[in-house]
Amino acid sequence: MRVTVIDYRAGNLTSVVKALHSLGADVVVTEEPDLVRSAERIVLPGVGHFAATRRLEETGIKAAVADAASRQIPFLGICVGLQWLFGGSTEAPECTGLGALSGSCQRFAAGKKVPHVGWNSLSIRPESRLLAGVDDGSFAYFTHSYRAPVGEATVAVTDYCEPFSAAVERGNVMGVQFHPEKSGEIGLTLLRNFLELPSC
Amino acid sequence: MLTKRIIACLDVRAGRVVKGVQFVDLIDAGDPAELAARHASSGADEIVLLDITATHEQRGTLLETVRRTAQRLFIPFTVGGGIRTADEAAAVFDAGADKISINSAALTRPGVVGEIGARFGAQAVVVAIDARRANSGDPVADAQVYIAGGRKPAGRCAIEWAREAESRGAGEILLTSMEADGTRAGFDCELTAAVSESVQIPVIASGGAGTAAHFTRVFREGKADAALAASIFHFGIADVRALKEDLQRDGIPVRLPC
Repeated sequence: MRVTVIDYRAGNLTSVVKALHSLGADVVVTEEPDLVRSAERIVLPGVGHFAATRRLEETGIKAAVADAASRQIPFLGICVGLQWLFGGSTEAPECTGLGALSGSCQRFAAGKKVPHVGWNSLSIRPESRLLAGVDDGSFAYFTHSYRAPVGEATVAVTDYCEPFSAAVERGNVMGVQFHPEKSGEIGLTLLRNFLELPSC
Repeated sequence: MLTKRIIACLDVRAGRVVKGVQFVDLIDAGDPAELAARHASSGADEIVLLDITATHEQRGTLLETVRRTAQRLFIPFTVGGGIRTADEAAAVFDAGADKISINSAALTRPGVVGEIGARFGAQAVVVAIDARRANSGDPVADAQVYIAGGRKPAGRCAIEWAREAESRGAGEILLTSMEADGTRAGFDCELTAAVSESVQIPVIASGGAGTAAHFTRVFREGKADAALAASIFHFGIADVRALKEDLQRDGIPVRLPC
């Protein structure tokens, strides 16, 4: 299985690449739009600030992802990578997301510690393909200050201050707010499910 | 529900895990990669590796140890000890760490917190604070920061330094009570609560873990978001899963099954 991991200079890719390797994937790390456009499947990792996604626009990667997504190439956004699937985020209002999902990301309401760091539980919808084989109520590792709204594409909800999208799927466009590469066995199950999705 | 994290800490010297009481009488406790894997499979929510030698000649050994330990670890992995610059942090991230912990370097040059955060995200920067209660009318509020393994006062108040670290972009605070460390007599809950209530970012309590009741207390009274322990796990007094089962019985939210 070949998987293309987008490098947009936002944080550290080592853990994601290591987890994909451990599942036997052939990993290509790139910032070349052409390699993204011709990918069999795409992972967009992301830790840090939503503003870092500006680079996706500038380098032409955004257009390449939109093109791949329109051809149903499996796509997985992680953390900021999930948030980028929406219209945008109040963290960086000047940057627009891919817009594949409606709504935008907001900072957690005051009242609890922000960032939301640690293992929190997932309410999983049975139709989720990413989370097939993962028990409802399982825990995943989160670290983020902004959260995506719950909508039609939501396949797992987590509650912190308010319910938010922990995982989304719309066709083959998918995203997770938590870090599957850091979520132990359930994270590896999710990545394996993603790698096994039929690629067009 | 967000759970309270149990973090297993490996103190490493020259590539081996060691344990001592208050930084003396170090004894060999095993291979870091092997111990980290064992803690992860017994339910640790996170692994912290602290290099307690951190001399210049041994940096290479540390990176190799980090690489080997990170190889089969799929839970968050923090590395600390002797990291002074964003470039040194970058080498540790490249070797497989998810977060780095900085202590003295942040006190000497606080700007380094923001520099590492700007490159790797605030979530990747843990500021470690070694604190000791003050000899004053309000020993907790006036608790002092120490460096050099707790021997040298840094001339900073712990609460004020935690606030500054947060404003400079730290993602978490790792607070060690120097008085409690290694005693297995319980965490300093008052000190932990005072720091935890002064900042918005998560606080990891460290120093003094001995029994499950100590953890319950530091989560409930100490307002800790996570708690760290080393020696109680290494020598089989409790494994993480057994500890978590006790905490769950006490009504503390933990990641179980794990």
